[in-house]
Amino acid sequence: MFLFVPVAVMALAASAAAGDRIPVGPADFTPVLAPAPKQTQVHVAAFLVDRTPVTNAQFLAFVRTHPAWRRDQVPSLFADGEYLSHWEAADELGRSARAQQPVTRVSWYAARAYCAAAGGRLPGWYEWEVASAANQTLADARSSPVWRARILDWYAQPGGQPLPPVGSQPANFYGIQDLQGLIWEWVEDFSSLMVSGDSRTQGDPDKLAYCGAGALSAQDRENYPTLMRIAYLSALEARQTGRLLGFRCASDVEGVP
Amino acid sequence: MRVASSVILQGALIAAALVMAPWCTAQSGASDSTESLGPPIHAVLTSPPQVPPPTNRSHPAKVIVELEIREVEKEISEGVRYTFWTFGGTVPGSFIRIRQGDTVEFHLKNHPDNKMPHNIDLHGVIGPGGGAASSFTAPGHESQFTFKAMNQGIYVYHCATAPVGMHVGNGMYGLMLVEPPEGLTPVDHEYYVMQGDFYTVGKYREKGLQPFDMQKAIDEKPTYVVFNGSENSLVGDHALSAKVGERIRIFVGNGGPNLVSSFHVIGEIFDRVWYEGGTHFQENVQTTIIPSGGAAIAEFHTIVPGSFVLVDHSIFRAFNKGALAILKVDGPDNKTVYSGKEIDSVYLGDKAKDLQVVSQVTAAAEKGELTLEQQVKAGEALFAGTCSVCHQPNGQGLEGVFPPLAGSDLLAKDPRRAVHIVLNGLSGPVTVNGKTFNSVMPPMSQLNDDDLANILTFVTHSWGNQGMRYSAQELEKTRAATVRPPGAAN
Repeated sequence: MFLFVPVAVMALAASAAAGDRIPVGPADFTPVLAPAPKQTQVHVAAFLVDRTPVTNAQFLAFVRTHPAWRRDQVPSLFADGEYLSHWEAADELGRSARAQQPVTRVSWYAARAYCAAAGGRLPGWYEWEVASAANQTLADARSSPVWRARILDWYAQPGGQPLPPVGSQPANFYGIQDLQGLIWEWVEDFSSLMVSGDSRTQGDPDKLAYCGAGALSAQDRENYPTLMRIAYLSALEARQTGRLLGFRCASDVEGVP
Repeated sequence: MRVASSVILQGALIAAALVMAPWCTAQSGASDSTESLGPPIHAVLTSPPQVPPPTNRSHPAKVIVELEIREVEKEISEGVRYTFWTFGGTVPGSFIRIRQGDTVEFHLKNHPDNKMPHNIDLHGVIGPGGGAASSFTAPGHESQFTFKAMNQGIYVYHCATAPVGMHVGNGMYGLMLVEPPEGLTPVDHEYYVMQGDFYTVGKYREKGLQPFDMQKAIDEKPTYVVFNGSENSLVGDHALSAKVGERIRIFVGNGGPNLVSSFHVIGEIFDRVWYEGGTHFQENVQTTIIPSGGAAIAEFHTIVPGSFVLVDHSIFRAFNKGALAILKVDGPDNKTVYSGKEIDSVYLGDKAKDLQVVSQVTAAAEKGELTLEQQVKAGEALFAGTCSVCHQPNGQGLEGVFPPLAGSDLLAKDPRRAVHIVLNGLSGPVTVNGKTFNSVMPPMSQLNDDDLANILTFVTHSWGNQGMRYSAQELEKTRAATVRPPGAAN
């Protein structure tokens, strides 16, 4: 069973530097990946997160004012060869990249730079998980088979289709859109989602050898839609890009520890 | 040749080491490298049901395998579409053929249009995850790792990304053959067949694009059990083919994810089965069990033509879930091995029990002592066994269908005509006792002359007919003098 206690959600004011950012949490939350073997619950402090993923138009504006992140100027250390390759030019979208589509083919470094310039940061994995656990009526809908089925439907469709614009799907309980069913999204701490490359070794004593953060085990193996998202993120490296990989920004709530 | 050249090479290095600085010997000492395997060979991969040609190598080599993952929407049954996750665009994935001792540089590519990360676990690999720990690949990327094929055998490979059951259930499996050092004996055809169970939200053959159903997979209640990823993959125009007199080898795998297969070819017997894909074979096998995540090699030879059906002999899977494939064998018949249907005759069960009298009568006839009473008795038993089916036990016939024999004016008018009728049959309109019948009486020429004579004698001595006596000689003469219609015996 999941224990989820949203506290004073609507009482928090939006951060002044945010665009369309929506408050979420604080929450005591049972994540799919436990942070430590004996710790099944996590406290997520209140935060603000973008209503929709960052769009091509927004990222274009960023690239024009921060030319170091143009695809013809960015160091290869910070982005791979496919970075923004679907744009017609380094500072032009062209016909195959619509303004309101979520921006994809961006690396983690580029996403962080954008969020910093927009007065925020990338969301942490637990923040992202809290926000995406909601359906339209419940803060935590993860035990609902309908919630799972919607996500799995998206996983089951092959990835070659053109992306729809952001904001096409109904908002969830918090008023946030497109957390599922549109694109994969970067999170700040994706690289500490240390799922072993061979996901059958959960519980293997060797996992402690992987790194100081320790390999994390899935608590709830039935919540495999979330597990699949974790698997995707753990396959990435920070400079990599993906045709379906974008991001949105978050920020702390001022004055709240 | 290779041995000689390496000896020369090593001799040259040793000579060089004696002349040059000590660090050169360190170089030659580290010669356990792939350079001694010769130039790398790019493995030929094939799509099912084809198998790559034998490696025809007498020594290990460095082999480069490049395998691409595609997520594709295809038909699993007529009008039913499914999103398969595949190695090489097919279910099962491409067939990999290498030789024991080979060093394989494995490239796993995840096409950028795919949505999911994937990896690969090859059962022929000794190492963590069978390679899965070293091949976790996001879409638009490629992973490389190298392994040595330590053991010969036929091995399953599959994706091992969480949740593993879903990746396997979507078709991510295939076979890799590690040839023994001496290779496999040549055969006429090698085929690649792999069974898998599939779980869809919709029912069996419910049309449209069907999503994967995780609950059915956990409950192990498949919707489809098919060979090579589809109900229609190996039937009709896509059936496997061979000729009479050929040796066939089938590499047959079972990707699961859940079910064990009872593999059988209807109408054939496996001469040899390398059960579980191992080194020893069993002979004269009808049905062999293939574990989930396992494989076997079945060899047999064709003797007669026909359509031979490959099934999972858990038979409802074959007929209600699609576990069915066809091997079409063309060529000349061999009637001594299989005759086809020879006779379709009437079987009356206990109506025919009283034929003892017939053998007694035959004995008497041979001695020349046959009496009328004996003929009638024998004829009665034989009539019950054959003629009564249509003409009824009391000779009344069937109104509008079969004419009566009791009090038949046709028989009375021309008693000798009966001989003709029983030998050659009678069709077309005929009037008996004022009623017209238009049916077909088939020839009864498969009965011998004695039996027919006794039957006719019985008939004319029954049910008010005037008694006529018929002899075997009369039957023999008429039989010789007339022509049987096509398809009749004798």
